[in-house]
Amino acid sequence: MADGEALAIEVEVRPPSALEIFLAFTRVGLTSFGGGLSGWMMREFVQRRRWMDEGEFLSGLALAQALPGVNVVNLSIWIGFRLRGGLGALMGALGMIVPPMVVAVALVALSGTLLQSPLAYKVLAGVAAAALGLSLQMGLRAARRAAQGVVPVVVMAVTFLAIFKAGLPLVWVVAAMAPVSIAWSAWRLRRGA
Amino acid sequence: MNESPLLRLLLIHLPLSFLTVGGGQSIISELHRQVVPVQGWMSDAEFLNLFALSRMTPGPGALLSSMVGWQVAGWAGAIVASFGLFAPSSVLVFGLAHLWRRSRGAAWTKAVEAGLAPVAAGMILAAGATLLQAAEGGVLAWAVAAASTALLMFTRVSPFLLLGAGGVIFALLLG
Repeated sequence: MADGEALAIEVEVRPPSALEIFLAFTRVGLTSFGGGLSGWMMREFVQRRRWMDEGEFLSGLALAQALPGVNVVNLSIWIGFRLRGGLGALMGALGMIVPPMVVAVALVALSGTLLQSPLAYKVLAGVAAAALGLSLQMGLRAARRAAQGVVPVVVMAVTFLAIFKAGLPLVWVVAAMAPVSIAWSAWRLRRGA
Repeated sequence: MNESPLLRLLLIHLPLSFLTVGGGQSIISELHRQVVPVQGWMSDAEFLNLFALSRMTPGPGALLSSMVGWQVAGWAGAIVASFGLFAPSSVLVFGLAHLWRRSRGAAWTKAVEAGLAPVAAGMILAAGATLLQAAEGGVLAWAVAAASTALLMFTRVSPFLLLGAGGVIFALLLG
C-alpha cells in the first residue's frame, strides 16, 4: 500500500492476467463445498486478493442475482469483465463452470457410492453448517456497509422480510425495492454533490 | 421422431437459461418434468440421486444439468446441456457489464451502486436465514454456523479449516 502511494502514478493495481483469473475462479469453483458460493467469491476476490472493493462486489452481486441466469455464473462474468474485459469475463465463467463440471460428471460416473454412506451424509451436513458462516459473514458485512441512514436500513429490512418471512420471489422483491432505493440514492447524491 | 438426444438436451436448456434465478433451484421442477415424464430419460429415483449428488459437489448447483446431460448422452451431453443452460443468460450479463463500463463514473451508475447495496444486503441475509432454517442438525448446526460466522468476521482463518472442523464435529457428535 505504501509503495503504491509513493509511486502515485498507477492508482489501479496491475490487472490480473487471463490465466490468473481462470485459476482464481477455478479455485473458488472447486473448493466451494457446502454452498454459499458468493461468500467464497467475496472472501477470495475482495478480502484475500483485493482485486476489487466490497462495494463493487456487492453491487455486482445484486445485479447478478436480479438478472436471469445462475447467479454465481453471472457474478463470475461481472467480476471477470471488471478485471480484464471480455477475456476476463470468459475466463471467469469458464473457471467457475468447467472444472466443477468435470468433477460433477466424474462423481456421477463413479455412481456416488462413497457419498451415500450415512457418515458421509453427516460430515456433509457439518460442512454445510460451517459454510453457512460464509454467507452470514458476507450478509453482516454488507449490512454494516449499507446501513447509512434510515432509508437504506428500511430498504434492507423490507427486502429481508419480503424474501425470508413472506417468501416472495426474489425477482419481484428486487424489481420493487431496487428502483426505490436507487431513486433515493440518486436524489441524495445530487443533493450531496 | 428419432431426433438426436443432444439436440433435445440443447432445446430443453436454452429457455431454462432465462428462467433461472438465484442458485438455479428455480428450474429443477421443470428439468425434472422434461427429463423424467416427458423424455423418459431416467426414473424419478435416478433423478433424485443426481439431485442429491449435485448438492454435494463443489461449484454451482445448476451443474445438475451437466450430470443429466452426461447420463443421457455422455460427455457431449454434459457439454451441450451446460452450454444451453449457461450461454444465453451469460451473453445478457456480458452486454450489461459492457454498457456499465462505458458509463463508468456517470451519476446514474453511482446511484445504482449505492442503491443496490441495501437491497443486496437484505437478499444475502435472507438467503443465510433461509439456509439456517433448513440446516440439518438442529441446534448443533446453528452453533457451528454461529462459530464459523464469528471466526470469519474477526479472524483471517481459512474457510477450509472451518469446513473441515464442521464436518468432524458433526461426525463425532451425531455419529
